Amino acid sequence: MSEPQRVSQPVSQPVSQPVSEADPRDPLLALRDLHVTYSTGDGPLPAVRGVDLTVERGQIVGVAGESGCGKSTLASTVLRLQPPSATVSGQVLFNGDDVMTMRWGALRAVRWAGASIVFQGALHSLNPVHRIGAQIAEPLKVHHASLSAQTVNLRIEELLEQVGLDPARSRSYPHQLSGGQKQRVMIAMALACDPQLVVADEPTTALDVMVQAQVLGVLSDLVREREVGMLMISHDLSVLADLCDRITVMYAGRVVEEGPAAQVFSDSLHPYTGALSAAFPRVGDPAARFAPAGLPGDPPDPRNLTSGCSFAPRCPRAAEVCLPAEPELASYDGDRAAACFRIDRPLAKPGASAQPGPSDEVAAS
Amino acid sequence: MSAELSTHGLRVQFTTKSGQVAKALDGADLVLRAGEVVALVGESGSGKTTLARALVGLAPPAGGEVRWDGKPMDRSGKGLKALRRHVQLVLQDPSGALNPRHTVYDAVAEGLRVHKLVGDSGKTETELVADALSAAGLRPPEALFLRYPHELSGGQRQRVLIAGALALQPQLLIADEPVSSLDASIRGEILALLLRLREELGLGVLVVTHDLGLAWNIADRIAVMYLGRVVEAGPTEEVLTSPKHPYTQALLSVIPEIERLEPVVLQGEIPDPTRIPSGCRFHPRCPALRSGEAAAVAEACRGTALPILPADPEGHRCACHLVASREEDPHESASRTAP
Repeated sequence: MSEPQRVSQPVSQPVSQPVSEADPRDPLLALRDLHVTYSTGDGPLPAVRGVDLTVERGQIVGVAGESGCGKSTLASTVLRLQPPSATVSGQVLFNGDDVMTMRWGALRAVRWAGASIVFQGALHSLNPVHRIGAQIAEPLKVHHASLSAQTVNLRIEELLEQVGLDPARSRSYPHQLSGGQKQRVMIAMALACDPQLVVADEPTTALDVMVQAQVLGVLSDLVREREVGMLMISHDLSVLADLCDRITVMYAGRVVEEGPAAQVFSDSLHPYTGALSAAFPRVGDPAARFAPAGLPGDPPDPRNLTSGCSFAPRCPRAAEVCLPAEPELASYDGDRAAACFRIDRPLAKPGASAQPGPSDEVAAS
Repeated sequence: MSAELSTHGLRVQFTTKSGQVAKALDGADLVLRAGEVVALVGESGSGKTTLARALVGLAPPAGGEVRWDGKPMDRSGKGLKALRRHVQLVLQDPSGALNPRHTVYDAVAEGLRVHKLVGDSGKTETELVADALSAAGLRPPEALFLRYPHELSGGQRQRVLIAGALALQPQLLIADEPVSSLDASIRGEILALLLRLREELGLGVLVVTHDLGLAWNIADRIAVMYLGRVVEAGPTEEVLTSPKHPYTQALLSVIPEIERLEPVVLQGEIPDPTRIPSGCRFHPRCPALRSGEAAAVAEACRGTALPILPADPEGHRCACHLVASREEDPHESASRTAP
C-alpha cells in the first residue's frame, strides 16, 4: 500500500517525428502501450496504464468497464482532447501517424474529418441557442470552407435523413427534440465530414430501450455501409456484444480481457468480465429470476493501487498468487487474451495468435 | 399487514403553455400490496413516473382515484403526511435528490423529524438512523454519519436515499429508476437489497424502470405502460416469456442478446400526450397493424377505444383488439404462426 505503484513515466511531448505516408496495411487506429496520467492535488492519478488496442476499417470495437476504469479518458486521448493536466506516453496511431506528436495543422485535419467523437451525454452537448442545422454545418464550414451555402444545406439534409430524422428538423432548436433525436443529431454531426473513424462514448446511456435500438441500428448501418471504423465505449456489455466485432474490457486503467465480442460476453475468461455480463440478465433465463448479480465493492482508487492484481480485492477467485504482482495480458486459444492468474485454460501457442493488438507476453504464475 | 395501494381509472393532466392539455395518465389502474415487487415498465413519456408520483399524492388527479387500504386517498395535508409515513418514494437520480449541504445523517433523519417518530420505539434518533443505514446495506453506519453526498459513490448515494425511506419503516416503497444511473456492478447490489427488504421487512416495492432485464431480475408482477395507460399486466414470467401485446413483444425483441426474436424496432417515439391517437392508442406504431397481421380488426384498432385494463393482482391481461379477437375465436389463434 505504502509502496508507490509503477506510474507511467511522465514523458514531455516528444519531438515531432517525420510521419510516414498512410499505408493501407496500417490499422485504422492503433493504441500502443498508451499511458495517461492526470496530475492532481493529491499526486499523480494514472487513469490509463499501458493499453494496446486496434480498430480496423469497417470494424466496431467495444470498450467496457465501470466508471473510473479509464474508458472515457481513452476516448478523448484518441483525438488528443485530454485536459492539460494529463501526461500521455505511448502512441496513438491513426492510419500509421501518431496523433500525439502530430503538428497542429495535421491534428486539425484528423479531428472531425479523419475521426470524430459522439460524446457522452448528448442531451447536454448541443448548444441550446443555435438551430441544429447550424451546429451540424459547423464542422463542414471549418473543413470545407469553399462549400456554398446551398451545398452545405443539402449535405445537412442528407445527414439528417441518414440518421433517420426529418430534414425539416434542421430548423429546430435542441430543446424541441427528444433525447433520442438529440443523440441522432450528435451522430449526424460526427458524420458530417465523412470520417474514417467514429469514437462513440456511451452513445445510448440515458436512452430507453426502443430509442437505444433505433440509435444502435443507425450506427451499425453506417459502419457496414461506409466501411468506417468505430470505437464504442459503454458500461453495458450486452449492448457491446450485440453490436461489436471485438470487445476490450478495462479495469483500473488496464486491459483485462480482449477478444471476439460474442465469446467475451457469453464465455468470459476474466472474472471481472463475468461479473459485468452477469449484471445484465437474459430475460427468460430461470437462473436470473430473483437473483440479481452484483459485484461488491468499488473500483480501486488509481492513486493507491496495491501491488498485486488490482481486481483481487473484489475478485471471487482471488488467491495468494494474485497478490505479489499484477498479471500481464496473455493470449488464449480463439484469438483471445486475458490478464488473470486464475484461468484454467491452455495458453495459445506462441506465434499462433494473429491478433496484433495485445501484448503476447505470457504471465508467469 | 394488509397494506394495499391502488389506482382506479386515474387521470393526471398538465396544461401546456399554449393551453393544450397533456394527458400524462389517461386511465391507469394498478395495485401494489405489501410483500410483493411490481415493475412498472415503458418508454420515456409513457407516464410511469407520473403514476409513481400520483401514488404518493404528488400529482393531483383530474379523474379516477387512488385508494389506500380500500379507502380513497385523503388529500388534506394531514392525510398525505399520514400516507407518506407508510408509502415512501425513492426518487430517480440519487445525485440530484440529496441536498449537497446535508450530511448523510441529516438526510436520513429528516423523515424521522418530520414525522416525529423518535421516542415511539424507545430508540434514540441516532439509533434509528443507524438502523436504517445498515438495513440499506451501509455498514458500519457510524462511519457515514458525517459524510456529504459528494464524498459518496453513486451506489452509496442510492443506498442513502433508500435508507431515508426505510427510516420511517414504511410498508410500501416506490423506487423510480433505482439503478439506471448506476454502474453494472452496483446495479445488482441495489436490486438484491430491494429483494432482501421484501424478505426481511415484508415491504412491497414498485420499481419504475425502462429495463425489462431488471423486471426479470426482481419483479413478481409487471405492468407495461404506453401513453398514460397500462396495456399489459401480469406475472413477470408469463408477460416476459409469452407477451401478448404487440408493444410488449416489440420492447422484448430489442433487448440486446435475445437471439430468438427478430428485432421489431418501432418507428418514432411515443406520441405527444396532448394528441392521443383515436382507437387503440398504440395503433400508429403497431407492428401487427402495419404488417397486416391485424387486418381483420384494423377498423377497431383505428376507431374503437379500448376499455381501461382493470388492475388484477393475479391474472395476465392485455388491452389489444387483436388479442381480444383471438381469445374470442380460438380457431383463429390456433391457426396463426407462433411469434
